[in-house]
Amino acid sequence: MSSLKTIDLTGYLRKDGKKGIRNVVVIAYLVECARHVAGEIAGRFSGEPVHVIGFGGCYPNAYADKMMHALCTHANVGAVLLVSLGCESFNRNRLLTHIQESGRPAALVGIQAAGGTRKAIEEGVHFLGEVLRELSVTTTVAMHVSDLVVGVVCGGSDATSGITANPSAGHAFDLVVAAGGTTLFENTGEMIGLENIIAARAVDAPLGIAIKKTIDKASRYYQKMGHGSFAPGNAEGGLTTLEEKAIGAYFKTGTTPISGIIKPADAPPSHGLFLMDIVPDGDPLFGFPNPNDSSEIAELIASGAHTVLFTTGRGSVVGSAIAPVIKVCANPDTFLRMEDDMDINAGTTLSEGDTVEAVGEAIFEKIRDVARGESSCSERLGHQEFVLGYKTFEPAGPACLP
Amino acid sequence: MDQLKRINPRDNVLVVCKRLNEGDMLEIGGQQIVVSHALGLGHKVAAVALKAGDPVVKFGLPIGVATTAIAAGEHIHLHNMKSNFISTYTLDHEFIKNH
Repeated sequence: MSSLKTIDLTGYLRKDGKKGIRNVVVIAYLVECARHVAGEIAGRFSGEPVHVIGFGGCYPNAYADKMMHALCTHANVGAVLLVSLGCESFNRNRLLTHIQESGRPAALVGIQAAGGTRKAIEEGVHFLGEVLRELSVTTTVAMHVSDLVVGVVCGGSDATSGITANPSAGHAFDLVVAAGGTTLFENTGEMIGLENIIAARAVDAPLGIAIKKTIDKASRYYQKMGHGSFAPGNAEGGLTTLEEKAIGAYFKTGTTPISGIIKPADAPPSHGLFLMDIVPDGDPLFGFPNPNDSSEIAELIASGAHTVLFTTGRGSVVGSAIAPVIKVCANPDTFLRMEDDMDINAGTTLSEGDTVEAVGEAIFEKIRDVARGESSCSERLGHQEFVLGYKTFEPAGPACLP
Repeated sequence: MDQLKRINPRDNVLVVCKRLNEGDMLEIGGQQIVVSHALGLGHKVAAVALKAGDPVVKFGLPIGVATTAIAAGEHIHLHNMKSNFISTYTLDHEFIKNH
């Protein structure tokens, strides 16, 4: 491997100083009623980097507001079109101002104000045509692995995930941190039973206590939901209990110390490995913390992830809006069946006797290549999933960020 | 590659690393065992005989408990072990029973 710290990347420089690895125009609908118009506008720009995100709810929510602010000013985002129906609760003017203050071109199309679906689409298409021309001359700048934020999730896990893909992704995470980069892991609902082991990796004792409290909260929350983070496919793939899935999932965090706890859409304040606390604070109000993998990915991206590693044994196919998702396939049989969807075959640690370290290095090199502009499989296949729902959070406490 | 792997020395389960077919012969703890049904990658078999209530240990950590006696070499899954935390949902679950 080349020396990690000297790996050169090229980033898109934003006026707020962020460096992106993609140059995306986001179309964001601000209520479900505006989603069709957003999709129709995007549909006119097939093949262009135009991604649709949005919030479907008509009731206001501080978490969703914060997520949308963070996503619309993500490093990979160059410009934003907001699509509003007109009567929804989302504070469109505050979001528009926030994006414009970041230096990104932004506009708002109100469907009621424009005179309906057809006119709103025309307005949006006009803005997108202009802004895509503008973005084609975005300033680029030198970027290094130390500028990168990389997230990790697992989905469609089976019993190979914890022995092949997750430890391999963990090794790649260690390499990113060693090169001065930042890594994010989440899903405290899959850490139940591992509180002490995870807390022992905290950079100081108060953070260790905070980690234990975070996982205890997840345990209480999922008990109330009456259902852990476990799907029937996990069992068909040989996983029997939530504990078993959790331990296997934990290996994707690597071995570096944990520098802090962040909440979704908080930017990590320094380099290193951070735990994202995804379970809402207070009594359960809005249901399952993250009802699917896409809502987990959206939170990692909102906290600044330039790209997200996704380990899967059964074979998930999802990608994401805004940031490329890199698929690491745990099961060699699944890889053979679904090769087009998989960037890395970590199953070779079982089928060919490859080491976890060697696969981890291959994942690291894939992160570098994708950061340099190579499309990941899910990008190539057009995946741009995005899910955002309701949650309630209190700010992270002082012990969370030593 | 070995067909079965003990991930951690403390484990009382072995993990299938190469698909097992019905009738395959395994040697576990010096005993010859005939595989009773096909098992895909990652599935678990008992490394030793377990009693009901014994912890099932994988990755060196408890992943649940045996709900019946389990013979060495027997497949360990939903039919003979359970979580210490929350029951495992499968597609056989009948929602109506909860209402």
